[in-house]
Amino acid sequence: MSTEAAHTDEAHATTGHYVRIAIILTILTILEVATYYVDIPFALLIPLLLVLAGMKFALVVAYYMHLRYDSKLFSGFFFFGLTIEILLLIALMVLFGIRSG
Amino acid sequence: MSDAALAHEAHEEHPTSTGLNHRKILMWAFLGSECIFFGSLITTYLVYRGKSVVGPYPGEILNIPLTSVSTFVLLMSSLAMVLSLAGFERAAGAGTDEERRRSELKKGRFWLLMTAVLGTGFLGFQVYEFYEFVHHGLGLTTNLFGTTFYVLTGFHGTHVGVGVVWLVSLLVLSYFGKVKPLDVELGGLYWHFVDIVWIIIFTLIYLIPS
Repeated sequence: MSTEAAHTDEAHATTGHYVRIAIILTILTILEVATYYVDIPFALLIPLLLVLAGMKFALVVAYYMHLRYDSKLFSGFFFFGLTIEILLLIALMVLFGIRSG
Repeated sequence: MSDAALAHEAHEEHPTSTGLNHRKILMWAFLGSECIFFGSLITTYLVYRGKSVVGPYPGEILNIPLTSVSTFVLLMSSLAMVLSLAGFERAAGAGTDEERRRSELKKGRFWLLMTAVLGTGFLGFQVYEFYEFVHHGLGLTTNLFGTTFYVLTGFHGTHVGVGVVWLVSLLVLSYFGKVKPLDVELGGLYWHFVDIVWIIIFTLIYLIPS
């Protein structure tokens, strides 16, 4: 079975699965918004929000964009761009952090 | 060409050296480049974060409840998009079962319309937010926050607008039998990408305090 065909079969079988993913995404969003109203130490708040956003990001990319089932080449294209960006972000944050003293 | 012939054609792709569809490879390469584009705007926002010397400042005008609702609307549009693709794929796979094909095509079109409606709703929230910010004295050149915020969220909103036009085009063309599941999948990939960019923007701009 080709990758495309496998993908199609998977998509046919998972309509309920998509709804479950949407429920998880909603719960994660509620948790994110809740952090705004609950007094959480700043040192804990940042990692918590980044983890929640990362989980939502991963769920959409893996299941709604089908990267979990699709060719690794597609993942390569996407994560190559993402990796360059993360490195750029870290480099500029460090550079501007040093400039600001 | 009849709808049935198009549905049959949907499963026939030209052979490629990678075994993968070239249009899909192109879309993923484009999304990879979009990561760098939006990443650069997000990085610019972060390096200038908290460096505005005049107000209004983010904590004074950001409306978290309103943006939480618009975030939920965009998330649900992603669900509608993936359900639309499932409908179009099932219609193409129905073969000679004409009744099932029509039923699945109808579902695919309904969810495509819902995606466009939810996307338009998100844009409505963004227009309202921009209007409120301008009303509170935050323009594009007021301070560093205004400049980086409007450029980042403005480009994202423009992408959503392009996505809505794309989805409506797919919907109209589907009535002329000119839409294959791959066309919907490519539009869907773009739409989900716009959603994941907002997931990051919502956390970094709205939820993490300056």
